[in-house]
Amino acid sequence: MTQPAGPIDAEQSRDIRKRWLLSLPALLIILVAASGPLLIVLLYSFLTPGPYGDVAWRFSLEGWIGVVLEKDIFDDTLSLADAHVSIFLRSAGLSLMTTVLTLLVGFPTAYFIATRPERSRELWLFLITIPFWTNLLIRTFAILEIIRNEGLINTLLIDLGLIGRPMQMLFTDGAILVGMVYVYLPLMVLPLYASMEKLDFRLVEAGYDLYATPFRVLRRIIIPLVKPGIVAGSILVFIPALGAYVTPSILGGGKNLMLGNLIELQFGQGRNWPLGSALSITLMLIVMVALLFYVRNAGSQGARHG
Amino acid sequence: MAKAFSVQRQRGFTAIAIGCFFALYLPIIVLVFYAFNAGESLSSFDGFSLRWFARAFENQQVIDASLRSLQIAAVAATVATIAATMAALATTRTEPYRGLTLKYAFINQPLMIPEIVTAVALLIFFARIKIWTGYSGLGYLIAAHTAFCIPFAYLPIRARLENMDLTLEKAAADLYATPWKAFRYVTLPLLWPGILAGFMLAFVISLDDVVITQFVKSAGQDTLPTYMLGQIRRTITPEMNAISTVFLLLSIGVVTVFFFVNRKRV
Repeated sequence: MTQPAGPIDAEQSRDIRKRWLLSLPALLIILVAASGPLLIVLLYSFLTPGPYGDVAWRFSLEGWIGVVLEKDIFDDTLSLADAHVSIFLRSAGLSLMTTVLTLLVGFPTAYFIATRPERSRELWLFLITIPFWTNLLIRTFAILEIIRNEGLINTLLIDLGLIGRPMQMLFTDGAILVGMVYVYLPLMVLPLYASMEKLDFRLVEAGYDLYATPFRVLRRIIIPLVKPGIVAGSILVFIPALGAYVTPSILGGGKNLMLGNLIELQFGQGRNWPLGSALSITLMLIVMVALLFYVRNAGSQGARHG
Repeated sequence: MAKAFSVQRQRGFTAIAIGCFFALYLPIIVLVFYAFNAGESLSSFDGFSLRWFARAFENQQVIDASLRSLQIAAVAATVATIAATMAALATTRTEPYRGLTLKYAFINQPLMIPEIVTAVALLIFFARIKIWTGYSGLGYLIAAHTAFCIPFAYLPIRARLENMDLTLEKAAADLYATPWKAFRYVTLPLLWPGILAGFMLAFVISLDDVVITQFVKSAGQDTLPTYMLGQIRRTITPEMNAISTVFLLLSIGVVTVFFFVNRKRV
């Protein structure tokens, strides 16, 4: 491709055509079974709910209005839908707390792995990778078993005589938080590790030579250097947490809803597909904003994390 | 490195890290432990027994769901890997050309959209198609799984390709190999570990999926994860632990192989 222009141009355009043909199957599959249907969701969000689910083909803004407002059944006045607002806030709050907690635990863990000798580093990394690739449902189930009323923690506390009756931990917001921190932790550790692995410890040494305290070294040298990893990890945790469905529906027990469960409800018992569609698009927009923030902050450095 | 040790030290980090590993594995270990419980309880151990494994292996619903999961994962991962390999060949080792960024964005798109949104979109879309065509087989699940497996298969294949330069293929061409022969005897053998890694990732991702499957499946099309999700909401017996244990072993097996296949590259 370093050759001068001329007959090469024809060859080049043939090469590009070949490259399009080669990528066609992947693009088509994703278009049909992932991206394309998103447009239908957008369309459905502007239609009228059908009586038994599905939609009636009449334009309506009700779906979108329903995202944050609700209509009084008696006099048709609009007011803020407290239920939806509180679900939005809970989702955002729980996702943020999950991100912060995974960062607080994940940062030292990634640092620990990155400062191991070369040989044992692989093993520690492997130990993080295993939960990363094992089923999220099973890991949530493992948490469920531990925090149930008849679970390990309560049984232990009762046997020790510390409490008389089991503590209700399951089906609370706290349970969802614990579950999400548990299942998303590897997503934080892996990108953090990727940027800490490249950390130049001569800079740290220089800091100490200039009489910095360990905390100051951490705050002024290490954290700025691994910032791309911090941003990447936070995004990788925040986005799935915001759209989480499995973890809140198991540990929250249907009473403590998050956005994902609210969306599901509209396609199930709620029978309001336009509202469900509008909520889905809203969720997608929030994620897009988060991704944009990521691109702004990490630039191309984070691209390899996908 | 002995000198560097003090430089790298941050107070409390090691303790947090060890606690983190402990917390990551404790729930899983407890889960596996009670799969071997002779009693019905998940908190008091009444002796060692394999009865819950036997029970799970006799449960026709579990067998059906497992076979369905494996079938979907095998087909979806195979198709996704082939498509991803072709796409990786088309998007690496080239000067940037028009549409290249678009291709990247498109291939990685399933990673960016929250799963629940894709699930809802597919529910709507496939519901329409089911009405039009009357077909309600496993095809929908396979199509959906293939789509979200493609980016996972693509990542290791692309990474591997980017580390291979074109000199060997050029040498093959100089020796009058046809493009196909150069691909078959030069590119493919070199790319193979990447393809294998991509396939395994795709397989595990398909096997683990809950959300999209839950929304796309028709009646009687439970996969193992959606079957388990349904069961968790009822009374839980150690049978669930037994199923989870087998599932875990399968995933860990695949991940271990993946880890070593991928490591050889470096």
